[in-house]
Amino acid sequence: MSHEVIRSNLVPIIYLLSTVLFIFGIKQLAKVKTARRGNTIAAAGMLFAITGALLELGVVDYRWIGAGLILGTIIGALFAIRVQMTAMPEMVALFNGFGGIASALVASSVYWSVVVEGGASGTVYDALGTDEAITVMLSILVGGVTFTGSLVALLKLQGRLRKGQPILLPARHFITFGLLFASLAAGGIAVGAGAPDSMVWVLSLAGGALVLGVLLTIPIGGADMPVVVSLLNSYSGLAASMAGFVIGNPLLIIGGAMVGAAGLILTQIMCVAMNRSLLNVLVGGFGVGEGTAGGSDEYTGVTSCGPEEAAMVLENAESVIIIPGYGLAVAQAQHAVRELADLLKSRGTKVTYAIHPVAGRMPGHMNVLLAEADVPYEELLEMDVINSEFKNTDVAIVLGANDVVNPIATKDPSSPIAGMPILNAHEARSVFVVKRSLSPGYAGIKNELFEYDNTMMIFGDAKKVLQGLIGEVKGL
Amino acid sequence: MTLGPLLIGIYVFVLAGFVGFEMITKVPPTLHTPLMSGANAISGITVVGAVAAATTAPPTIANLLGLVAIVTATINVVGGFLVTDRMLRMFGKKKK
Repeated sequence: MSHEVIRSNLVPIIYLLSTVLFIFGIKQLAKVKTARRGNTIAAAGMLFAITGALLELGVVDYRWIGAGLILGTIIGALFAIRVQMTAMPEMVALFNGFGGIASALVASSVYWSVVVEGGASGTVYDALGTDEAITVMLSILVGGVTFTGSLVALLKLQGRLRKGQPILLPARHFITFGLLFASLAAGGIAVGAGAPDSMVWVLSLAGGALVLGVLLTIPIGGADMPVVVSLLNSYSGLAASMAGFVIGNPLLIIGGAMVGAAGLILTQIMCVAMNRSLLNVLVGGFGVGEGTAGGSDEYTGVTSCGPEEAAMVLENAESVIIIPGYGLAVAQAQHAVRELADLLKSRGTKVTYAIHPVAGRMPGHMNVLLAEADVPYEELLEMDVINSEFKNTDVAIVLGANDVVNPIATKDPSSPIAGMPILNAHEARSVFVVKRSLSPGYAGIKNELFEYDNTMMIFGDAKKVLQGLIGEVKGL
Repeated sequence: MTLGPLLIGIYVFVLAGFVGFEMITKVPPTLHTPLMSGANAISGITVVGAVAAATTAPPTIANLLGLVAIVTATINVVGGFLVTDRMLRMFGKKKK
């Protein structure tokens, strides 16, 4: 086959095959039984896509391409193999960033080779075509924002950048919107500028996009990262789509659009689970400087106990619901919690887990963590399913969760978390809250649950407390 | 009516977006993380564009940009699929 035949007939068919594999892959990825196969199918689609891209090029100097592919494969594989399950949110954030910057770089490279190195006379839109010129600028904008936004999210997830607290600049909305318009304007001017003058505008656009990603993410607090990571996931898809417009490849447009949609759906699920709008999350500053509505911050009538006492209650419990939160991930206590659950189950106690949609720092964070500790996923129940069970349950154990079990959300309409769906832990006959101290959760308010008569605090690190409990229950 | 390449692209984009929405609604929360990291790996599809951007051998700036794009996109693709597989392998473990 001549290269022309390959390019115009074989390659498009390979890309179509690849698109179909992506669609099947994502579809199967959304069902527990087929998810692993779905991921493999999508990966096969990617392999076809890269093969198609190499065939499309024909015989060229492959040294750079080969070096890039090999280097990327080694780095990517090392990341994937070495990452701890507790650090999965950071990993996803980082990969989002890489996807975003790659799309921005592809667009920049096209611009550079055609306009700067191609020595185009005329304007940028003469050299690239109007459509392509515009999508080059949009790719750089979206990809750049995704890149630095993801890096800031990564730092926040690691507890750096003021421990993930919101960073609020003065006049930040003014600055952010100003910069967004300035970046768009720079992109617009670049499209219409003469080829030699356009470079400074393209660089301004790139710089503006990178700063914008930082400004958009720093005011958002650590516990809102599930929303931010989902949204950045969506952006990285959008950036890939834009790059598809630049190089005129429908495979990129389709793959990117599907990822963009997936990210948006997850974003929406996270927002609903907090009863907050996306805008409210993105504006940031949640839990900062808000006076606590309805009641003081002071706790009264809090009772606490040690593992011995808790073990005695657990001994007589017929049913136990465990409510994991971010504190479980921080304490790396997933294996200890499984061990306690196994112990209780061997004594005939029914143990299930109640998972709030925003528990942790990423959609599904708790599920991944508990899966690592071999907890069967059938025991992990969603909020809607388990909430009616609490009133028939002997013991609820809250492990490193706070706002998601605060009954004030259902009672006080002036509370910052008013209307947020919560897990009804307070309805259980006894509640144990394992927590380091009485410090407030992300919303910055006190948790009424801690004052309830049926609640006992067990102060300490989740893992140490669990190990204490395991020891006590064994000794019974 | 004749559609130029841009309009065809926009048609494809909008329709693919709907396909994405339809496929992913009702995904169980257990799969939120793997779905996100799997989708994330697919967004590395931009590697197809990156490959074409790094063709010529003498190092020019356009080539260097393409090379960095290949590396970052490949990290995204390979790392994304592998880490998703690692997670899903855990979900698939049988109860003792």
